[in-house]
Amino acid sequence: MPARARPLSPHLQIYRWQMGNTLSIVHRMTGAALSIALVGFVAWLAALAAGPECYARAMRLLGGPAGALALSGFGFAFFYHLLNGIRHLAWDVGYGYGRRARHASGWLVVVGALALTAVAGLLVAHIGAGAHG
Amino acid sequence: MVERRPASMRSPLGRVAGLGSAKDGTGHWWAQRLSAVALVPLTLWFLIGALALPDFGYASVHHWLARPVDGVLAALGVVVLAYHSHLGTTVIVEDYVHAPAAKLVTTVGLRFLHVLIGAAGIFAILRLTIGTPLT
Repeated sequence: MPARARPLSPHLQIYRWQMGNTLSIVHRMTGAALSIALVGFVAWLAALAAGPECYARAMRLLGGPAGALALSGFGFAFFYHLLNGIRHLAWDVGYGYGRRARHASGWLVVVGALALTAVAGLLVAHIGAGAHG
Repeated sequence: MVERRPASMRSPLGRVAGLGSAKDGTGHWWAQRLSAVALVPLTLWFLIGALALPDFGYASVHHWLARPVDGVLAALGVVVLAYHSHLGTTVIVEDYVHAPAAKLVTTVGLRFLHVLIGAAGIFAILRLTIGTPLT
């Protein structure tokens, strides 16, 4: 035990909320969400392996409103985690540490994730519609 | 008032000597990055393959994953995803769960769960690709 109370580093209560820590905690939250999505993905693979009837049931579930909502949410989590992960990898090799670069890449991640989610969603809807039409 | 204790006679080095380092910090960091790098092409390959399908019907998806390259990469993807997920969720638990017993139970549980996820994924892909004849 320390002999006297020593100063602690600034924590959440005192640290000014800003872009860097927001994107950081969202990276962690999307990672946790994707771990849950992974269970769903393996369940989808298992339904596929179980045969056409089981797979059709799984796809009906995914095609419903709850499935669409889950797919959109997990889709955004995937693209966000992917883009921000690449941002982290760039930092790991020493690039993009400047204030402007950090902010620009941060916005690129947010806007890029939203755009990719929208594009992927439209493509999935288009392909899905083709299957029924 | 802060409780004043008598200053320890032990040196800072003496207090930490023998406790040992975690020793796997760099290994964990490296494994996280390596699996992240591997997942960029693996997940994009799967996504692009799925979006290139004519439809999401059973036959189309079956034919797609039954192709050797796609089947192998899908199985590899599930394994690396489970590994990366295990590394990430373990860090989250280590950061927020402080009670030693709860931390042990949760991290061991996560390890078992992720091995189960990986094994189930491989089994499903094998059963689909080499255990089910194409129609």
